[in-house]
Amino acid sequence: MPKNTVYETDIEFLSILDEDAQFDESLGIEDGEPILSDEQVVYLYEQMWIGRQLDEIAFKLQRSGRMGTYPQNKGQEANAAGSGFAMKKGTDWVVPCYRENIAMNLHGLPYHYILLHWMGDERGNQIPEGVLCTPISVPIGTHMLHAAGIAWSFKLRGEKDRCAITYFGDGATSEGDFHGAMNFASTLSVPVVFYCQNNQWAISVPREQQMASPTVAQKAIAYEMPRIMVDGNDIFAVYKATRDARKYCVENQTPYFIEGVTYRLGDHTTADDARRYRSEEELQQWMAKDPLIRTRKYLESRDAWNDERQLELETHARKVVDEIVNEANSIAEPTTSEIFDSMFAEIDDDLRIQRDTMRTSSIGQNPEQAGLKAQTQNA
Amino acid sequence: MANLTLVQAINLALVQEMEADESVVLLGEDVGLNGGVFRVTEGLAQRFGDHRVQNTPLDESGILGAAVGLAIAGMKPVPEIQFEGFLGPAYDQIVNHAARFRNRTRGAITIPMTLRVPVGGGIHAPELHSDSPEAIYTHSPGLKIVMPCTPYDAKGLLISAIRDPDPVIFFEPKRVYRAYREEVPEDEYTIPIGQAKVVSEGDDLTVVTWGASVFQCLEALDGLPEDVSVELIDLRTIDPIDTDTIAASVEKTGRCVVVHEAPMTAGLGAEISARVQERCFLHLQAPVQRVTGFDTIMPYYKLELEYMPDANRIGKGIRECLAY
Ligand SMILES: Cc1ncc(C[n+]2csc(CCOP(=O)(O)OP(=O)(O)O)c2C)c(N)n1
Ligand SMILES: [Mg+2]
Repeated sequence: MPKNTVYETDIEFLSILDEDAQFDESLGIEDGEPILSDEQVVYLYEQMWIGRQLDEIAFKLQRSGRMGTYPQNKGQEANAAGSGFAMKKGTDWVVPCYRENIAMNLHGLPYHYILLHWMGDERGNQIPEGVLCTPISVPIGTHMLHAAGIAWSFKLRGEKDRCAITYFGDGATSEGDFHGAMNFASTLSVPVVFYCQNNQWAISVPREQQMASPTVAQKAIAYEMPRIMVDGNDIFAVYKATRDARKYCVENQTPYFIEGVTYRLGDHTTADDARRYRSEEELQQWMAKDPLIRTRKYLESRDAWNDERQLELETHARKVVDEIVNEANSIAEPTTSEIFDSMFAEIDDDLRIQRDTMRTSSIGQNPEQAGLKAQTQNA
Repeated sequence: MANLTLVQAINLALVQEMEADESVVLLGEDVGLNGGVFRVTEGLAQRFGDHRVQNTPLDESGILGAAVGLAIAGMKPVPEIQFEGFLGPAYDQIVNHAARFRNRTRGAITIPMTLRVPVGGGIHAPELHSDSPEAIYTHSPGLKIVMPCTPYDAKGLLISAIRDPDPVIFFEPKRVYRAYREEVPEDEYTIPIGQAKVVSEGDDLTVVTWGASVFQCLEALDGLPEDVSVELIDLRTIDPIDTDTIAASVEKTGRCVVVHEAPMTAGLGAEISARVQERCFLHLQAPVQRVTGFDTIMPYYKLELEYMPDANRIGKGIRECLAY
């Protein structure tokens, strides 16, 4: 037998609203209408704007010592907004990393939870009943397996119209658990959308040092997973890709991979200084691709937006974010018993004693211990 | 002599060992141009080239596994894990490979590797950036565990670690990274692994601690009455543990308090307490006290200072033990 090609494949890249705000009608119009109505685009534009305002304020809070380290989502908003909007709130699960604030919010998580998380308060992770969203995940590249498990539970229970979406960065795809998640989801054949926000950098490590492959999407090939690359700064492309991916997942009970090509316009976190490792020129190039700018231009071209509405939105966003900050700040100081109370459904005696005495020293926990001299009772 | 922070002293030790020995290579996330997230490797990529200060993919298991391979083949890798909370994915490579090679090959293959890891709480960091997992690795045979807390000790111990023929985990208390400076000799010098340091001498009670807690203990000692004389021991090396120095002290004082940030149960306080009663049973005038973190998840930073033993809690522990 001769040598044959036994496998060939390709990867598509989807772009609908390009950086000059040119709209591709062949892809963006269905049944005579844009895939997102003007009202929907206005709504998503507003959500992106509020998300960015939240970032600005979070940055200021950190700089003035009122919040810990915070990772801005700036520049990547269309990924979270478009995909979060395409998933079914209350039915689907969202398993995020930390640059998907808008998706978490679209699925019902009030924004002050996210602030509380970064303010060093576990109550920011105390997801309200009915919000199907796992908390922000700090150990990179490990949480995608949870989405595979969640989707597996849909399958086990025969819940046919449910799907999970999980978000992660380009760097995260280097972790072994990423490949574990891809393998589990594809071999168990469960409905998960893997959404990689490829923002070109993992802190200071550029994509070329992170992986030899020129795309992230091609990693899905090894798992025989349907895949697509999208312009992650294009709200239409992100929405359409995710909507179709969800449909495919649910109908075929399989996972789907989306690579959103994007860029973080801010530092990695408030603890980082991106000027140390990336050029101003590169940053400027991506500034021009800002998802907010092109979405606004699109709306203006359809007479669905103008300067006046923009001013209204900016005022509104400031007010909304001020309220979010107030909400986060007005929560009572946590009590020390919170350190212990959620360790188990029911805490054991050791923990109870530690909680009640705030001591680990055996004599400190029990001053009446035999032999203790009387005068130390109030030590 | 130069007046250096802990970060600078570690950086200096790395520079000098890299200059002295071509086989010393650094690897880890962001250790290159960016100098690591704490800037400990600042300037090293520029000085020694990317090939000796290698930015790696975001894969802790990969970093440690590749370091083991480098070590097998005669290099002296110094991998960095960005925060102790991210040792998890590397656990298998550390415990099941690095720690075991010498023994399971009966000495034919050895792993001269120094794993550098920032450790501990107190810097208002996010989740998983503030833990104290040293006991986990102490419990795993085949690893040496070092945790200096002064710039001087860090330089001397890091040089010893890099020259050591076996795997060493070099924990760097991040709370101390830039907290203060001290005089550090320019010349290379070593501090032997396995030697504790008596920080202050005393007759009434012995405090054993390490890492950033040394400074909390010093503060607690300041708050004690004038007539109380406490001997403070900074272990510096956690494994192998310097039982002789501890025992000599407790034989003199008859009382011992162990302080650590990590949770209490099955923590190193338990090990030290056991050794003290084995060696000093007839000298003891009080039970060994443990003043430690609680048996809980390290809380997020709003409550972290409630979790970590501070001067107040340590002082109480000392007074109770004295009064027993
Ligand atoms: C397991 C693990 N290792 C290291 C880190 C430290 N760290 C935090 S974010 C980050 C880079 C993440 O890059 P990427 O996945 O591309 O996401 P991005 O931040 O670019 O959105 C690193 C190394 C971590 N949080 N978890
Ligand atoms: Mg990235």
